[in-house]
Amino acid sequence: MDFKDSPAQAEFRHKVRQWLQANAPADNTLSRGGMESDEAMREGREWQARIYDAGWACLTWPKEYGGQGLTAIEQVIWSQEVAKFSTRDGFFAIGIGNCGPAIMLYGSDQQKQSLLPRMARADDIWCQLFSEPGAGSDVAGLKTRADKDGDSWKINGQKIWTSQAQYADYGVILTRTDPTLPKHKGLTMFFVDMKQPGVEVRPIKQADGGQAFNEVFFNDAVVPDVQRLGELNGGWGVALAVLMNERLAIGSVAPNGWPEYWDMIRKLELDGKPALEDSEVRRRTADWYVKNAGLKNAQARMLSAVANGGVPGAEASLGKLVGASMCQDISAYALDLFAEMGVCADEQMALMQAQFQKAYLYAPGLRVAGGTDEVMRNIIAEQVLGLPADVRVDKGVPFNEIKAGNIRQ
Amino acid sequence: MNFEFSEEQKLVQQQARQFLTEQSPLSVVREVLERDASQVRIHEDVWQGIVKLGWPGVAIDEQYGGLGMGYLELCVLAEELGRSLAPTPFSSTVYLAAEALLLAGTEAQKERWLPAIATGGLVAGLAFVEATNGIAGQALNMRWQDGGLQGRKTPVFDAEMAQLLVVSAINEAGEPGFYLLETDQPSVRCESLTSIDPTRSIAAVEFSKAAADPMRQDLDFAATMGVIQDRAAVLFAFEQLGGAQACLEMATDYTRQRYAFGRPIASFQALKHKMADMFVAIELARSNAYYGAWSLSTGSDDLTEAACVARLSASDAYYQCSKENMQAHGGMGYTWELDCHLYYRRAQHLASVLGRQAYWKDRLIAEVA
Repeated sequence: MDFKDSPAQAEFRHKVRQWLQANAPADNTLSRGGMESDEAMREGREWQARIYDAGWACLTWPKEYGGQGLTAIEQVIWSQEVAKFSTRDGFFAIGIGNCGPAIMLYGSDQQKQSLLPRMARADDIWCQLFSEPGAGSDVAGLKTRADKDGDSWKINGQKIWTSQAQYADYGVILTRTDPTLPKHKGLTMFFVDMKQPGVEVRPIKQADGGQAFNEVFFNDAVVPDVQRLGELNGGWGVALAVLMNERLAIGSVAPNGWPEYWDMIRKLELDGKPALEDSEVRRRTADWYVKNAGLKNAQARMLSAVANGGVPGAEASLGKLVGASMCQDISAYALDLFAEMGVCADEQMALMQAQFQKAYLYAPGLRVAGGTDEVMRNIIAEQVLGLPADVRVDKGVPFNEIKAGNIRQ
Repeated sequence: MNFEFSEEQKLVQQQARQFLTEQSPLSVVREVLERDASQVRIHEDVWQGIVKLGWPGVAIDEQYGGLGMGYLELCVLAEELGRSLAPTPFSSTVYLAAEALLLAGTEAQKERWLPAIATGGLVAGLAFVEATNGIAGQALNMRWQDGGLQGRKTPVFDAEMAQLLVVSAINEAGEPGFYLLETDQPSVRCESLTSIDPTRSIAAVEFSKAAADPMRQDLDFAATMGVIQDRAAVLFAFEQLGGAQACLEMATDYTRQRYAFGRPIASFQALKHKMADMFVAIELARSNAYYGAWSLSTGSDDLTEAACVARLSASDAYYQCSKENMQAHGGMGYTWELDCHLYYRRAQHLASVLGRQAYWKDRLIAEVA
């Protein structure tokens, strides 16, 4: 049992560090705010191009497609080191992490060569179009249609929760090609040109006031059949393969609010005394310290498994499941500690630039994004513990006879 | 980075599981559970089997007669002992007394007693706690006067079988220290107590000018006590982990084959999600326990932090898994006949043995803040 890098890993880490120290932008040169402004997107693209040109992008991809042909452990080391800097790393996590493998696994050689290096350098932006207003946790219940039209397909329908669709050049889209087949069987995957006339992107304003997601409307958008990924009506298998690959994109811990809280609670005073002298505060803090340590150490175990050649399984769902609720609970507790000032979200006045007020408002989204808490628990129960699936009333039923989405009685 | 037990250590664990499955199945645990008040709650045959395999000496240096394998091997044994609920004095003898001897024993004491623990089947324990004055308490009433110990310790785990006790007491100068005592003398009176977990032995021990041997005098008492606690916390965490894992397996096995409303009850999300949460608690606890094992085995200076997080998450996980396993079994889970309550009892026993959770939370924050 050993926390240390092997000599080769240590050397790689050293090289990463040296390069980052020389090249990562200082915090104060970045625009404020999250990933939602045009300015942040511009910075993200610049950073991605810089790491690509220096040979640090998409480390596990083959060299011919813009990667470095390295293993998951080097990718993990990169992620760990870059997390120490205020870069826009991870800006294209969905494009590169999800759309990349879809093209890698199912694209033609010519497509891989022309598309992947541009994706890796963020010359092209990619988005993923799976979820729909009537198909969230039950994503295979999607209704967006693709209908054959000569050598092409016409796409009609609506997608939702699409990050970066407003910037995207391409999207990987899951469509229904045969509604008379049962739910999972009539789906087909394509990649679609997002800049064509039949594609309309509208931002969604979230509960916290931000706009990180979009709705995307397709009205007779055209996709040539050569942009089909996988077999006709084999789209569900493609989606599973893509999501399986997504789990390999580990290396960063899901946000749980702890670093910000730990920083804050050691400085906070309550009635003129350090907050941690209050036994209730101290013990609540200890609970989260322990939970955060558990997440950190679970991550270390998963990385060990990867370093030993294993593939992270559905256990990876754990970090997100635990982290999201923890973030919500921590922010609510912090606001309570701030007493009346807990409601003040003024960046100038509130403690730590109102980070906890903001987290209180965005944390509900963390518990839903990328699979709800409930879906995560189902994944653990069925895929890790091997418990039987829920009884399904739509099993084997032709899709066009299944009720889905909001149906008012 | 390799945050896993080695293949050799996993083999030790497998062999331990096989031995305990054969020699200490739940029927053996239950036999101890059913004993009457006059009988010692330790299973002699299982303990002798463990001694024969050399487990008490796994982490004891060869110079003191042990196998000198290390703490990681001891951790995997602890996990299996916890999983099996084996009714033995292993934890008192090995995690507590042997470590106290290593830390506070004089060279002569170590040479005399450690080999007896490692291979001789000597049962030993710690007599630190004085009822409400817990393991962390330093306002001791036990007195060291005129070469003898005077006072009462409650509870002392495995005292009924222990031939040797490490006792904390205040000397005539008012300083706390450690003393080594052989129990085979009339001035030591051991009274069995009823436990929430009748598969473990607890007693009150009365010392009336009992002959004892002072241990090292040059030690910082509180600091030494802290190291004894921290080391034991990591080892107990592995026992807790093994028990919690057994509960989860029991719950998934039962709910898969139990049908209601025409389907296995494991297919209901109310139960699935409960078991997913048990899994999550165990994974967090396991990860923290591994960190504790790493810290313990390397002599790293973050042992206190590692021990606190390992203990706190393991206590939580075992409580959660043992109570929810009982719940998943419905009415049957509440019967004496089913084994759910054995784990529920042991969970609280292990959560209590090293003092209250608040103590460990405070200790953690004092260490890291």
